[in-house]
This record gives sequence, structure tokens and C-alpha cells, in this order.
Amino acid sequence: MPSRPWQAEVYAALKSAGVRLIGYVPDAGHAHLIEAAHADPDMLAVVLTTEEEGIALAAGAWLGGQRATLLMQSSGVGNCINMLSLPVNCRMPFLTLVTMRGEWAEFNPWQVPMGTATPAVLTAAGVHVRRADRPEDVAELVAACAALAFDSQVPVAVLFSQRLIGAKVFAPGEPGK
Amino acid sequence: MNRRNDGTLDRRAAVAALLRDPGELLVVTGLGAPSYDVAAAGDRPQNFYLWGAMGGTAMVGLGIALAQKHRRVLVLTGDGDMLMGLGSLATIAATGAPNLAIAVLDNGRYGETGAQRSHTGLATDLEAVAAGCGWPVTTTASSMAEVEGLRERLRRESLFAVLRIAPEAQPRHLPPRDGAYMTDRFRRALGVAAP
Repeated sequence: MPSRPWQAEVYAALKSAGVRLIGYVPDAGHAHLIEAAHADPDMLAVVLTTEEEGIALAAGAWLGGQRATLLMQSSGVGNCINMLSLPVNCRMPFLTLVTMRGEWAEFNPWQVPMGTATPAVLTAAGVHVRRADRPEDVAELVAACAALAFDSQVPVAVLFSQRLIGAKVFAPGEPGK
Repeated sequence: MNRRNDGTLDRRAAVAALLRDPGELLVVTGLGAPSYDVAAAGDRPQNFYLWGAMGGTAMVGLGIALAQKHRRVLVLTGDGDMLMGLGSLATIAATGAPNLAIAVLDNGRYGETGAQRSHTGLATDLEAVAAGCGWPVTTTASSMAEVEGLRERLRRESLFAVLRIAPEAQPRHLPPRDGAYMTDRFRRALGVAAP
């Protein structure tokens, strides 16, 4: 998936917000951010085995005085629910950027249930949900959500719509990625 | 069904020994009895007790360790919490955190829910799991003499230690459970709280 100009702006917005730690479960839609984080000597990128680890990681970072962000795709939101009690109960900031699946030209039906449930599930768990649909809005939205999360100490999720990212193409005979 | 032999260590005595003269040690505890054991050893602002978020204790410890590279972090948790967060053993090993150690109080039981046997009481060796995940140093302590030896090592090495404790429950010693309060006092103790 080629990187797009707004993705560099999103990374810059995270840096400007003081984020120094990124936990992630790999996702093609986040590939640019993940590569940028690994290439940046002032950022630490931690690959997780499951998304809820990233919530506990961010909580620990906050306890230690550092700002963290979790990158995941919508399927991972379902793994996170009980762990969200940690930032909610402890009045900690939490910022996650979620690439949406199952909502725009989705080929894989297994992505549809969690993609459909993602906004409602996050809201029910106490997370403030914002959605990015247009490339020109994304960086500003991420900056505003980072301020909301870290200044008001609440959990915030920014959903990157599948139309914005570009639907994953499944072509027979091509290697997957 | 398989059964493994029970441990014999007194959990309160073992935790008191590990935490003697804690200094500036940062301690994160897993829900249930490990939180009570650490509170019984002496409440302090540098202790952060989880009352929920099961499976997340080790990752909270990793987050603190990465944010506070010059401080030592000790995760003290039970076998049930560690089993729910097995993947975090791989994440921590892959990340590398020289200032983080984990001690699992392993009684092979889910003590808070009626002492049902856990996987470590049936089949699973957590020390072997941690070693397989890539932890550089692992050990299992079965006697108080071995626990005494762990005290300094847990403050110096990237050590994953299993303490084979007796299944008998101890009286609950309840630590604070207001998460916002514990967060604020922990951050103040570190000098990182916002004005």
C-alpha cells in the first residue's frame, strides 16, 4: 500500500503532541506510521501480540510520565474491551488510531462484524470516538484528539475510514501483505 | 486431568522478603491476592495495585520501565493474571527492558474465585514459557532461602521468577482501589505529575 501525504502529517501530529511510545499490532493501513516510528530515534515502537497489551502499555507509560499511542485495526478493538477499564478507572489519557475494515469495498467478510461494531463498542466502553473520512482533515483531527486525550485525561479513539485508507485488494495468485 | 505438585512457600513471608527495604523500587501488582500481599508488606506511593484489567499487569510494568529507564520496576502477580497475559512475555522479551523483572506468585489456583486449579496447577510451567518467549534469565524458587536470593536479583536483572507458593489463602489485606488516586500519587512520587 503506497504511503499518502496525510500519513506523514499524522506522524508529525503525534510527535507534536509529545507521543514518544507507539504500541502496535501490524496493519497495512498503519504501515507508514509503523515504519516512521521504527526509523525515529526519538520514538520507541513496540510490536504487540494482541491489542489490549497496548492499553496496559500506555497506562504504564503514563504512570512513568510518558505519552503513548496504540495503533490497531478495527478487528483489534474487540480484544480491548475489559482492558479499557484501566484508563477509564484511573482517569488516564489514552489515544488510539484505528484503521477501519469491513465498511468500504471489503473483500473479506470476516472483517465486517467487528468493523460494524467498532464505534458502538468503543463508545459503550467509555471511549470518545472521532472519525476521519477526508485526507485534508486527518492530521488536524489527530492533533485535536491527542489534546483531548492528554490534556483532559480521557480515552479517545480516532477511526480512519476504510475509504480514506483504501480498501485492501485481494488478487488471486498474488502474495498477501 | 493432569496435576502438578503444590508449592509450599508462605506467600506473605515470600513477598515481605522480596520487598524488604524497597527503596525507590516501583512495584506493579496483579489483581487478587498478589495485590493484598504487597499491601500487607507495606503500602507506599510507588506501589500500583491492579484490581482488574486481568492479564495486563506485566504490560503496565513494561510501560513504566520504558518511560523510567533509570528506575527499577518489579511486576508481582499471580499465575492466573500471567496466564491471561502470556503474549506479554513475548512482547517484553522482543522489546527488551533491562530495568524490568517479573515475579509470579504461583499457587496453581484461581484463589479469588474458589481455588479452582489453574493451568499451572495442571500442566503449564511458566518459567519454561518465559524462557521460550525469549526471556534471558528465568528461575523458579521453592524455598525461602531461594526467595531471599531473588530479592537482589529482581532489582538488578531482567529476571522472570516463579515462586511456588502454597495454595492456602491468607486474610485479605486491601490496598487502595481508587485508580485515579493511585495514578496521581504514583506520578507525584516520580515527579512527573502535571501541575
